[in-house]
Amino acid sequence: MSTAQGAVDERLATTSPLRRLLVRPELGALIGAVVVFVFFAILSPTFRSPAGIANWLDPASTLGIMAVAVALLMIGGEFDLSAGVLTGSTGLAVTIIATRFGLDVWLAVAISLVLALIVGLFNGLLVVRTGLPSFIVTLGSYLVLQGLNLGVTKVLTGNVLVGGLVGRPGFSSAHLVFSSSVVLGGTYFKVSIVWWLVLTALATVVLLRTRFGNWVFAVGGDQVAARNVGVPAARTKVLLFLTTATAAWLVGTITALRNTSAQADAGVGDELTFIVAAVIGGCLLTGGYGSAIGATFGALIFGMTSVGIVYAGWDADWYKLFLGAMLLLAVFANRLVRRYAERRRG
Amino acid sequence: MLHARRHWAGALLLALVLAAVAGCSNRVDSGATAAPTATPQSRGGNHALRVAVVTHGAAGDPFWAVVKNGAVQAGKDLHVRVSYQGSGVPQTQAQFIDAAVNQHVDGLVVSMANPDALKASIRRAVGQGIPVVTINSGEAQSAAFGAITHVGQDESVAGEAAGARLAKSGAHHVLCVIHEAGNIGLTQRCQGAAKGLSGKLDTLQVNINNLAQVQATIRAKLTADHSIDGVLALNPAVAMAAVSAESGTGSTAKIATFDLSGDVTSAIEQGRVLFAVDQQPYLQGYLPVQLIKLYHDNDNTLGGGKPVLTGPGFVTKDNAAKVAQLAKEGTR
Repeated sequence: MSTAQGAVDERLATTSPLRRLLVRPELGALIGAVVVFVFFAILSPTFRSPAGIANWLDPASTLGIMAVAVALLMIGGEFDLSAGVLTGSTGLAVTIIATRFGLDVWLAVAISLVLALIVGLFNGLLVVRTGLPSFIVTLGSYLVLQGLNLGVTKVLTGNVLVGGLVGRPGFSSAHLVFSSSVVLGGTYFKVSIVWWLVLTALATVVLLRTRFGNWVFAVGGDQVAARNVGVPAARTKVLLFLTTATAAWLVGTITALRNTSAQADAGVGDELTFIVAAVIGGCLLTGGYGSAIGATFGALIFGMTSVGIVYAGWDADWYKLFLGAMLLLAVFANRLVRRYAERRRG
Repeated sequence: MLHARRHWAGALLLALVLAAVAGCSNRVDSGATAAPTATPQSRGGNHALRVAVVTHGAAGDPFWAVVKNGAVQAGKDLHVRVSYQGSGVPQTQAQFIDAAVNQHVDGLVVSMANPDALKASIRRAVGQGIPVVTINSGEAQSAAFGAITHVGQDESVAGEAAGARLAKSGAHHVLCVIHEAGNIGLTQRCQGAAKGLSGKLDTLQVNINNLAQVQATIRAKLTADHSIDGVLALNPAVAMAAVSAESGTGSTAKIATFDLSGDVTSAIEQGRVLFAVDQQPYLQGYLPVQLIKLYHDNDNTLGGGKPVLTGPGFVTKDNAAKVAQLAKEGTR
């Protein structure tokens, strides 16, 4: 990407470790997560006990898997509003295929992945081919999926809740992989936490250490400029939509196997939560800036808050208010820090 | 580099979206929010029992506000510390149950709209010796999961009674309006109503979070098909939407509903709504706390393995005035 421009290049100037830390997008979310943890840990001893930690890591994990994928997409300059409903669609697909068509659960999981990838491909191709805002395109597919979830489920099962996964061929091994618990020091941690941590690490490496990661930042920052230097912008964006679809498949499968059932309205409205987690994590709504690990901290804040409120004995009516305030605080803090860091850079 | 203004606009947009999400879930709360959230208890002397109520009701749903009021009042009357949580997302509800179990509460009250999803968490509670009372939905699985009692209304039975009552008032072709896609109890009510009606029953799917659209959809259906002579709403807000949807369409369909609100009781008084099936949510909050207290203090159980039914009771023109007063206080 860079060409040699002589010895004195501001891009080669050494930066202090402090400033390097300050310009990291995830700093605000990290501080936020620490503050939320300390806050609830003081309020409730159960919150900081191993069982309590396993308790709040669980909601953080499924949200985190989605938030990381959505963060990549947002860094690439696009939105996916269909991601929430797609977690419901994939879960329904697994459950319906396994129980109504009698296929092996693993086969149902594989077919569900194919369906998710078709949705991702549809979103991606439509966005890059038409040039329409992804906000609109995926809003369309969101509604289409919501309708399909309800319509198909009712036609095939006459009901809105599809159950009966237990005991199907392949269920126990699939359950083990996607929805079992890992015992650590006598505490049961959901295996989705492992998936989440692995995917966060993977996304971070891809974003910061690979050529594809560079492309993601480039197309999100300035698509025309990126194209001019040879970045395959369309391919990058389609791949990002396939990534959110795959994440939605993973979360849908985890949820369906854990609940051993799927609900026709599952996941509706969650897409906003994914975006909020990514934004708390430092992603800009305008693209080109953000981090995967930040999104994971964003998800952690959500998880700790949703369960922490129970431990604190508060009225859950205030949950959204708390989250909204967290979001605004995180965004303002990120902005201040970034301005400060950029001003000092000159 | 940094587009500060766009950045602000983005933050503002998201804040507005969040506010809208929080706001619209509260739109039909008919003055039932005044109840205190926890019971002030001195912990000195006797150890106060702690009971966690975890339901599938979304925050701001007027029905669940009455359940909560019942549970909170029972806590006050019986010196039990009651906490209340609700989420319509099954795994979130399971996580709330896990949280209560981790805190070693003395009793657990759970509504099971999706029993499969809650099974592991409830079994864990039972395994740790926490008495569980299920409420509202999940009656069929209650005993198998190890709950000591189920307190609620049998949805099929209630639906059948509502259908029969509509048939008695002369309805032959009824529209049953389902307002939550994932709620199995609503489907059971419509199936029950079809049985009791012995006429024609269509179901109509709407979204409770958009009442304007609910009204438009019902109006469209009534305009398009004049043979519809009855509307069965499964939620008081939907019933009121149906009342306004009907005006001006020339339809004379009789409107009936499940569950109460202040608006519904006055509409019954004015004859615009025929009747409301009342499952007495206050009891679904109050009784379980009392049952757990009695189980703890005196080893009592109720129902003998059968559910304790809180409905269907009917609110008609005859008793609407009295109930209306109570609905205003958030207990009916």
